[in-house]
Order: sequence, then C-alpha cells, then structure tokens
Amino acid sequence: MRYILKKIGIFVLTIFAISILVFLAFQIIPGDPTTRMLGTQATPEKIAALRAQLGLDRPVLVRYFDWLGNFLRGNYGESYSYNMPVHELLSGKLRITASLTLLSFLMVLLISFPLGILLARFAHSWFDRVMMVLNQIVMSIPSFFTGILFTYVFGLILKFFTPTNFVEYADDHAGFWAYLVFPALSIALPKAAMVIKLLRGSMVRELSEDYVRTAYSRGNSRWQVLKGHVMRNAMVPVVTFLAVTLVDIIAGSIIIEQVFNIPGMGRLLMTSINGRDLPVVQTIIMIIALVVITVNYIADISYKYIDPRIRFR
Amino acid sequence: MKKLKNSHRAPNYNLIWGCVITSIMVLMIVVSFFWTPFNPDAMSYAEKDLAPGGAHLLGTDNFGRDIFSRVMEGAGTTLSIAFCAVAIGASFGTVIGGLTGYFGGAWDEFIMRINDAVTAFPSILLALVIVTITGSGRTNIIFILGILFIPSFARVVRGEFAKQRQMDYVKNAKLMGVKPGRIMFVHILPNIAPVLLSAVAIGFNNAVLAEASMSYLGVGVSQTEAVSLGRMLLDSQAYWMTSPWQALSAGCAISILILGFALISEGLGTRPMWRPTTKRRRKQHA
Repeated sequence: MRYILKKIGIFVLTIFAISILVFLAFQIIPGDPTTRMLGTQATPEKIAALRAQLGLDRPVLVRYFDWLGNFLRGNYGESYSYNMPVHELLSGKLRITASLTLLSFLMVLLISFPLGILLARFAHSWFDRVMMVLNQIVMSIPSFFTGILFTYVFGLILKFFTPTNFVEYADDHAGFWAYLVFPALSIALPKAAMVIKLLRGSMVRELSEDYVRTAYSRGNSRWQVLKGHVMRNAMVPVVTFLAVTLVDIIAGSIIIEQVFNIPGMGRLLMTSINGRDLPVVQTIIMIIALVVITVNYIADISYKYIDPRIRFR
Repeated sequence: MKKLKNSHRAPNYNLIWGCVITSIMVLMIVVSFFWTPFNPDAMSYAEKDLAPGGAHLLGTDNFGRDIFSRVMEGAGTTLSIAFCAVAIGASFGTVIGGLTGYFGGAWDEFIMRINDAVTAFPSILLALVIVTITGSGRTNIIFILGILFIPSFARVVRGEFAKQRQMDYVKNAKLMGVKPGRIMFVHILPNIAPVLLSAVAIGFNNAVLAEASMSYLGVGVSQTEAVSLGRMLLDSQAYWMTSPWQALSAGCAISILILGFALISEGLGTRPMWRPTTKRRRKQHA
C-alpha cells in the first residue's frame, strides 16, 4: 500500500513537472500570436488590446497557474485559427485517434503473441530462421511507407476501401472501423515485429533455465512448460516494451493520419503546428504527455502481478 | 551441445549483411556527391512519368526528373542529417553518461530522472514540438534530433561506466594515481566501444526514420534546400496511378537504409566483434 501511495505521489509530481515544461516551452516561441491573428491590420494599440484580451500581458507564473487550473477543469482555451474552444475542436478527433491507437495495439498483441510463442517453440528451425529474416525486414519498413503501399494495393487496386474517403463513426459504425483497419495495421506491423523478436528472445533465454528442465522431468508437455512456466517469466521485459509500444503507436498515428487522410488528433496537431495555433498544440501535447506517463506507471505497477519476485523498494 | 558449438562458429550474418547493405548505400551516396546519372533537379516535360528501365533506371517523376538521381541525392541528405545528429547525440551522450556513471551521486540521480522523462516520450513527438518553436530546415532538424538522441546515448554509456568502475583494472589505475579524466577516456572508453558502436548503429536507424518521417510530414528539410526521401514520398503519393515507381523508389530507399543499420546494430549487439580485455581478465570478471 505504501508502495502504491509513493507511486501515486511521484506520478502527480511528474505530471506537474511536465506541465511546467510544456507551458514554458510554448512561452519561448518567437513570434507573438497576436501579430499573426491581426495580420495586416496590426497596429501597436490593437496588438496591446488583443494581448490584454488573451491575457498575454500578465506575469508568466500567474498565466501558468491560470492555464493549469483551466486545464484541470477541462477548459483548454480558444484556438487562434478556428476561433472556437479547443475542447470542442478536440472532442471528436480524440475519439478517432484513440480508436486508431487501441485497434493498432490490439493488432500488435494478436499478431505478436501467437507468432512470438510459436517461434520460441520452434527456435532455430528453418521456419524460425525464415520468419526472423522476414521479421527484420518488416521492422525496417517505416509505417508511413507501409501505409502508402496499403493505400495502393488494397485501396486503389483491390478497392477494399476508398482512400481519403474517411467514414465518420456517427454515419456508419462498421464503416468507421473498416476504414481504420489498414491504418492500424500499418502502425502495428513494425511494432509487432519488434515485440515478436523480444518475446521470442526472452522465451528462448528462459527455456535454457534449470527450472524448465525440472518442469519437463515432472512430466509436463512442451506446451505446458511454455504456457505455465516460461511465459510468465518471459513476460517481464515484454510488458515494459508493450508500454513503449503503446506510446509509439500514438506517435505513429500522428503520421498515419496524414497518409490515410484521417481527421484525428494527429492531423489537427500538424495543421496547428504549421499554423502556430499554440493553444491547440499545447493541449494536444499535454494530453499525450498525460497518456504517456499513465501508461508507463501502469506498466511499472503491473510488474508486481506478473513477477512477484520483483519486490517494491 | 553440437548445435551450440556450431552457432558460435557460424559467421555473424546480421553484421555481414548489414555492412554489405550499408556499404552499397554509402557508396551510392558518396558517388552522388560527384556524379549522378542526370541532374536531380532537371525537369523535362517530354520525359514525364517514364517507367523504370532504359536510360532512367528507376524511371522519371511527374516533372520528368530522373528518380534514381533523386534517390541518390535524397539518401545523401538523409544520411548526412543522420550522421550529424548521431555525432551530436553520441559525443554529448558519452561525456554526460561517462561523468554521471563514473562519479555517481546526486547529479547522477538527477540527470537520470530527466533522462527517463525524456526517453519516455517518442522522439518524433518531441521533435514536432521543438520544430513548432524553432521552425524547420536542415540545420534545425540536425540539432533537434542530435539533442533528442543525447539521453539514450547517456543512458547506455552511464550503465557501462557504472559497471566498469567496479572492475579491478579501474581500481588499479586509481591506486596508481591516474587522473579521473584519463581513466574515463583512455582506460574505460575502449572497453565499452562495442556497446557504444551498437548504440551508434541504432542511433543511425532512428535518425534515418525520424528524418524521413519529419520530411514526410512536411516539417523536415524544405523543398528548396535539398532533395529528401521523406519529401519525395509525400510528393509522390498523388501520382500513385500514373507512376507508382516514384513512391516505391523513395520508400524502398528509406527502408533499405534502415534495414542496413538495424542489421549492423543487431550483429554488434548479439556478438561483439572484439573484446579489448585479455582472456584472463575476462574470466575473472565473468
């Protein structure tokens, strides 16, 4: 219990530190947003008035706590270029990106676990060797190139889906998920290849341990040993990596959304970066930071349940 | 037992193939500095969208530019950015990791916490945030990626230094009155070279991917600065139906570069090429 409390304490502190960093990072950006917003109509008086209206004339510390307070209450400020509250801008897009990320993560699990275990079971066979070479190649193809290939092969030639013709969830539930299948798969493939390699390696290492021989000597079958004994021990490094993978998938979805023309958070982030729409960029980065920290902490705590030998300090 | 022996003697295929692939790419890039089959920027309406073969090995794009020449130059842009970024990351990372690993203490704790925080975030995301602040362009990308790579190098080097610090040869050197700076860079550094080299190969792998991704997103190397593979991929997407070889060439070039470095790091990681310590010493510390 003390462990959990300590972890939560560190968790809150980390988020606090990150929020300061995110806030400060956007303070040092050269170029005042007011000049951009006013464009050619900018006069010193107008700029001063707009700065006051946006609250940019107050001290940094006051603005930080103001921003943090608003952020915690779900008030993310107003977009400079769309002239609407950021949370309204984000609400639908957040769901799209979250769906894409989760679908992709699910694919990573569904592809990598069976294959990783299978390859560990038949380690050093010709099947294993061919698969590992393929694995290495898949790992080296960037997700956006896979995405472009999928668009061409499955979209333009086989016509499984219409590229650039995104289906909104509200319009057609099944169509929405169907459209996300190939984007999700493009992100998932290289990640799954990495998990396969790690899981296979981890299991092969465990298989040479003494307890495995003991388990065999007690009459367990090969699959029983793999499932009941080896898997659990082999999982510890894999769980760490899965946390990293989930975070990478979020980053990958930003790129893939450009490839498949998905109107999610990633596209909004890119247009906001190009348009210097700071409140939007700041909010998206803060949301992603929160997710990243949370995922890492969940992974951290879950070790205990997988491997009781890891005692808390 | 027999299998084990064989696998130990088997050549390090990962390293060999990695070196072969990377050498071919590097050779192509070096040649591109002096000569390309065509001028990469020369447009020709008459030779628009030619299929691969003939004079144009990989065909031409929608402006009639020779794709092979552009891939050569684009790969050069990507690799030079990767090289500079890795050089920045590796040198600063080695110094920081060496100091914190060798001396330990409160600074070590503090810097490693920052390291953990930075490495928890995908580097492409951090790069996008910094690009918002600094703007894009070749020099900016080099510095952004270089700085973002420092923590991962620092972490690897720190771990190795902390391990080596406990070893007898370092203790001996200390007793003999060798200055810390000399111990760190003359005594310890050669011993961690295999690990560092593997990290450098992974660094190249990540740098190529990051540069290509950023150029693909339109925040990397600008169109007017130089040909870049990521940018080529972005521009070619609209011409899938008329000339798919555009996107294929650029995408394959990126993938092959990454594959080469991945294989090298794999080969170095699983079996170091050499061990600088003598046999007897190795046994003592095993």
